[in-house]
Amino acid sequence: MNRHAIWAIYRVEMARTMRTLLQSVVSPVISTSLYFVVFGAAIGSRISEIGGVSYGAFIVPGLIMLSLLTQSISNASFGIYFPKFVGTIFELLSAPVSYLEIVIAYVGAAATKSVAIGLIILATASLFVPLHIEHPIWMLCFLVLTAVTFSLFGFIIGIWAQSFEQLQLVPLLIVTPLTFLGGSFYSIDMLPGIWRTITLFNPVVYLISGFRWSFFGTADVSLGVSLGMTLAFLFACIAVVGWIFKTGYRLRT
Amino acid sequence: MTLPPANRHSGPDKEIHSKSKAVPMQPIISISGVSKIYASGFNALKAVNLEIRRGEIFALLGPNGAGKTTLISIVCGIVNRSGGTVTVDGHDISTDYRAARSLIGLVPQELTVEAFETVRATLNFSRGLFGKPPNPELVDKILKDLSLWDKRDAKVTTLSGGMKRRVMIGKALAHEPQILFLDEPTAGVDVELRQDMWAMVRRLRESGVTIILTTHYIEEAEEMADRVGVINHGEIVLVEDKTELMRKLGRKVMRLELRQKLDAIPAALSKYALELAKDGGSLTYTYDNQSERPGVASLLRDLEAAGVQFRDLDTENSSLEEIFVNLVRHS
Ligand SMILES: Nc1ncnc2c1ncn2[C@@H]1O[C@H](COP(=O)(O)OP(=O)(O)OP(=O)(O)O)[C@@H](O)[C@H]1O
Ligand SMILES: [Mg+2]
Repeated sequence: MNRHAIWAIYRVEMARTMRTLLQSVVSPVISTSLYFVVFGAAIGSRISEIGGVSYGAFIVPGLIMLSLLTQSISNASFGIYFPKFVGTIFELLSAPVSYLEIVIAYVGAAATKSVAIGLIILATASLFVPLHIEHPIWMLCFLVLTAVTFSLFGFIIGIWAQSFEQLQLVPLLIVTPLTFLGGSFYSIDMLPGIWRTITLFNPVVYLISGFRWSFFGTADVSLGVSLGMTLAFLFACIAVVGWIFKTGYRLRT
Repeated sequence: MTLPPANRHSGPDKEIHSKSKAVPMQPIISISGVSKIYASGFNALKAVNLEIRRGEIFALLGPNGAGKTTLISIVCGIVNRSGGTVTVDGHDISTDYRAARSLIGLVPQELTVEAFETVRATLNFSRGLFGKPPNPELVDKILKDLSLWDKRDAKVTTLSGGMKRRVMIGKALAHEPQILFLDEPTAGVDVELRQDMWAMVRRLRESGVTIILTTHYIEEAEEMADRVGVINHGEIVLVEDKTELMRKLGRKVMRLELRQKLDAIPAALSKYALELAKDGGSLTYTYDNQSERPGVASLLRDLEAAGVQFRDLDTENSSLEEIFVNLVRHS
């Protein structure tokens, strides 16, 4: 294990976060507050409880997931795309590092940042609504698992992307819609039959549902299914990353 | 921190040492049958064989698009080869990539640096990436050697092009490589930096580092290299000791058109290897660059003393450049 290399990459990635601290931390806090004002206060006042949970509290896990997914993807994809773009990737490719070490460093840094942001949002949310977390350990597990999985996904996008447009494409066209339609702001039980069935093909539903269960002890789908789907997506991403490195796809000509 | 062990033991004295035991020295890089066909279908390298000796300065010469960067990139692990094998100090670059790569430092042709980091941070990063524990003293020393000390805490973006190149060299040296690749190190570099760079290259070679540089400038190869390889259209056209090459091919020829025809070369001029043309109308003096033979000035003095007068004089200088141009044209 080239731990010096992992540490070197991790540090550089974290330093990048620190350079953009304002943007990294302040913007999720602001957007979360806005969501609370709009959804929690304005709309939530007209919606009664969902499954015994006040609407304001109900949307907290969904909001955290929303940021967690977008942050994980954007951090990890940018982290690997940028050296490709400016050409500094040559050093990484010529260094005595294994693929596993590269992934640990980049994905680890991206996941660290998004977990931190998730916790900041949680803290912000607790200023707006009284929160009680039923299963804190599970909550952290889901937080970390999701951050790692989507950082891996972002890493794949960063390697695949050949322009800044492509880098934005997947998050914009796929991830954001899936997250919004994944039950961030509502329970999928509230949807009419056919839509509910369609929704079950959305992987984000399982993430949000499992995460929400850790908060309130109730969920749209069972914990086992949530966990299983999250892990399945994680392993799918690991498989793709493995293939990328084996073939040198878009890294080595 | 000390240099890696092989640094201390390799170099010229080791060569003598191994010769005395009659053990042929293992080349530090051995490239055999390496080919490269890019995804576009372009065949950039055609079964290249090349061995780099331990401790030497090897110059790879070739015109644009010859395949120099491709070859270096394959050895360094940046480009996948289409065929052949490469070993670095006995380590296969695929199966034993860790050992192979940790011996190599690369200064690429293009200036690509982490723009938002400080100079010192980028050097520390490179060192870590190559698996070495932090060593502030060594990094400081490299910064001083490369005249980057004043800029150590400056962001790389704020540096000039020449300074950035120094940073790239510093990054390559930060992990104490035993082999240094310099891909066109003097492109866009002023005289001062070039001299600094060559001084540094010589120092590195003295400490046992093997250096492979590519260049378009023949004078550079002539000045720096122990051996010269010429590559063209993805093929190695020639590999030769530089002095040998200069001796074999690097002749100077001076022709003197005489005012009066001579029947024979005057005895007073017998110490010069002169040739008299058949018609007796011209004298040709051939000498090579390296030799200690009597110089042109004394020949001209002796000619005057012997009363031989000439109408015209011209010299032909077959430099490495000429050799190179001929080779490339004929290959
Ligand atoms: N990624 C690539 N895809 C297709 N062809 C490539 C690629 N990279 C290089 N080539 C081609 O391979 C050939 C060799 O390129 P290379 O960069 O190795 O040349 P070079 O000897 O370093 O030239 P220069 O002196 O200009 O740096 C060139 O014809 C180039 O166009
Ligand atoms: Mg080149």
